[in-house]
Amino acid sequence: MRRVVITGLGMVSPLGCGVDHIWSRIINGESGLGKITQFEASDLACQIAGEIPVGETADGYFNADDHVAAKDRRKLDPFIVYGITAAQQAIEDASWKPEDEESLFRTGVMIGSGIGGLQTIANGAVMIEEKGPRKLSPFFIPSSLINLISGHVSIRYGYKGPNHSVVTACSTGAHAIGDAARLIQMDDADVMVAGGAEAAVCRLGIAGFCASRALSTGYNETPEKGSRPWDKGRDGFVMGEGAGVVVLEELEHAKARGATIYGEVVGYGLSGDAHHITAPPPDGNGGFRAMSAALKRAGINAGDVNYINAHGTSTPLGDEIEFGAVKRLFGNNEDVCMSSTKSAIGHLLGAAGAVEAIFSVKAIKEGVVPPTLNLEDPSDECQGIDLVPLEAQERKIDVALSNSFGFGGTNASLVLKAFR
Amino acid sequence: MSNDVADRVKKIVVEHLGVEEAKVVESASFIDDLGADSLDTVELVMAFEEEFGCEIPDDAAEKIVTVQNAVDFISENV
Repeated sequence: MRRVVITGLGMVSPLGCGVDHIWSRIINGESGLGKITQFEASDLACQIAGEIPVGETADGYFNADDHVAAKDRRKLDPFIVYGITAAQQAIEDASWKPEDEESLFRTGVMIGSGIGGLQTIANGAVMIEEKGPRKLSPFFIPSSLINLISGHVSIRYGYKGPNHSVVTACSTGAHAIGDAARLIQMDDADVMVAGGAEAAVCRLGIAGFCASRALSTGYNETPEKGSRPWDKGRDGFVMGEGAGVVVLEELEHAKARGATIYGEVVGYGLSGDAHHITAPPPDGNGGFRAMSAALKRAGINAGDVNYINAHGTSTPLGDEIEFGAVKRLFGNNEDVCMSSTKSAIGHLLGAAGAVEAIFSVKAIKEGVVPPTLNLEDPSDECQGIDLVPLEAQERKIDVALSNSFGFGGTNASLVLKAFR
Repeated sequence: MSNDVADRVKKIVVEHLGVEEAKVVESASFIDDLGADSLDTVELVMAFEEEFGCEIPDDAAEKIVTVQNAVDFISENV
């Protein structure tokens, strides 16, 4: 089987723009969550989120002008702009800008989103009611479609290999990386630009998740405390936005051009709950089976995993169920630790799995595990595994597993390994 | 009147297509000279409608391919 390594990383998140800047802040225990500022939120039950900090690129903030020209941004929902931005960073990081036709044919893109152009769709719906259908922009549809990130990235860089997109709610980013790695393994491509993007922090998005009773509502005055996975005080997730994109590459291809290798994608497991549209089954068997399948594919024993980046959204039900599944699978592994980076940046929905795979690979590369913020008093059911409360820990990480679970009962686990 | 129309048309073209003002001459074709695609031209016509408070039917819009075409149509019909 062809081996797949990660050779480029890119990220936009509530902690900034650029992987190194975000990583230093997350290791430092900083939070990217705050009161919603982009729109009127005072009538919403949840008034907090992780918005993208805007400023100068050189300072680690997001400056859209450095990634997509203003005249083009009018034609793109923000989720596409975030996706292009993260892809641009990852591609530059990997230094992969082929010009010969064969290399372009062998490079593909698979960047997804959980929801897509929600703000654009909401605005368009209001527009045709108020001003009539003739006033709708010709860019309405192409600025909302989820696969248009992959489309724009391929157009910008000329990548003519597989052009695909994943839509599996909060598992999107993990599925995209896993599926793209499979395309390389199966020899459909040598290089894949893969990940997820989301920009659902808008009135319709927040109101929608409020209606399904998924968001935190008790921390509107202390937003940095709102996301608290496994803590007794947790009361729902806090939504974030942004994008995570990686460059995946066939090992020999990467070696031949002397690329920097961050780590290897050694395992990928998928499963379905067949249970409920939003709730996981109480025994967590869907997550358990996804993790087991990923380990089996990797040929790695549960005892050899050093770090788990949990789905850990800070919902009352989900956190305990995931913990239970992890405990069953890794119960004999006394050295494993698990943290949830959603405690710092919130839940990036379709981008979450990709962003968290990047954090996992950084943990491997840097030998530091990011903390679970606000974990002051773990639930009684969540005892016996080091959940890396409050502060980052220096640890040697050889193997990391990253979990993503989505509405509809769709689960994905990635196993990443140090490349030596 | 037509000078005023021309200035307003050019301003819209500059804003929407993100091109230099100097390039937006009367004879310039939106697609061939100013880098627009077919969707851009649809949006441009919508912007002209908004600016001049008029309605440009689809069959007329298809014939507006240069700056001068736009100025002429608006001058004659508004």
